[in-house]
Amino acid sequence: MCLQYLIKQKKIIFSLILLVILLISFFIFNKALKNENVYFPKLNDNKDYYIEDFSLPELFTNEKLSIKQLLEKKDFSIVNIWASWCVPCEKENSFLISLSNFDNLQIIGVNYKDRNKNAKSFLNKFGNPFNYNLVDANGTTSIILGAYGVPETFLINKNKKILLKIIGPINNNHLNEINSIIKK
Amino acid sequence: MKLIQLSKNKILYLLIILVIILIPQNNFSDDSLNVNNISKNLRCLICQGQSVYDSNSDFALSMKIFIQEKIEAGLTENEIYDLLIKKYGQWISYDPGYSKTTFLLWFIPLLFFLFGGAIIYFKIYNSKKNFKK
Repeated sequence: MCLQYLIKQKKIIFSLILLVILLISFFIFNKALKNENVYFPKLNDNKDYYIEDFSLPELFTNEKLSIKQLLEKKDFSIVNIWASWCVPCEKENSFLISLSNFDNLQIIGVNYKDRNKNAKSFLNKFGNPFNYNLVDANGTTSIILGAYGVPETFLINKNKKILLKIIGPINNNHLNEINSIIKK
Repeated sequence: MKLIQLSKNKILYLLIILVIILIPQNNFSDDSLNVNNISKNLRCLICQGQSVYDSNSDFALSMKIFIQEKIEAGLTENEIYDLLIKKYGQWISYDPGYSKTTFLLWFIPLLFFLFGGAIIYFKIYNSKKNFKK
């Protein structure tokens, strides 16, 4: 009688422990799998992120320009990484053109791993929203910016602080967000 | 006849010794500072389940050039990791590091180890007790 009771108790304890282990692993996996795997520096963690300075040649004039000096020209700057071989960039171009009318905003393009000829014909075909176009031939400058690829957009203020980082093409929500920041 | 055979053996020994000496002193794990060693420890952020070393995506190719430039600029391996983690977050590194979000990762195996050890200990302890009885 006593032995049976002990065995029963042992079984209960064993199954309880098993249940706890299963529950713990369930919560760990549940949390880990729900998280999005595309991480980028959080811009709302109270830390400020600033653009590092770099110089690149301009697409049309071939003159070497420093991003720091360009950013100081206007209150806000949009840095848009694009390429002529990037299909979503074609759609995005119209959004950028609609943003190019603001007085306190300039749009700086970073032409990512592209041929000069193709880039120019892309701008001729879809319109040129860019005030300046910097040529990043081997893609290393985009890594200095902390970018993943094309298209990618940063909203930066005069002090080189990153206000907004958009991975992928711009949509209407992003456009509203940019508008609300600029018009403050 | 015996003499010849002995010398044959000697030649064989000599040959073996020569081969051992002439084998280049290869340290098979290459610890030198190079792009391949660093990019193997970095996750390609736009690929599924590939390291920067494995991937041929535009991102990974640029990253390799970037790492090479940083090596030439005189940065150490850890400085390059820190730089990239600062830009892209901890996710780019295959080393999860110690932080608030990863303490369970480090802590749970230790806990299981202690727990298992305790089970084994008590089992042996009990069986010894029973044996004495």
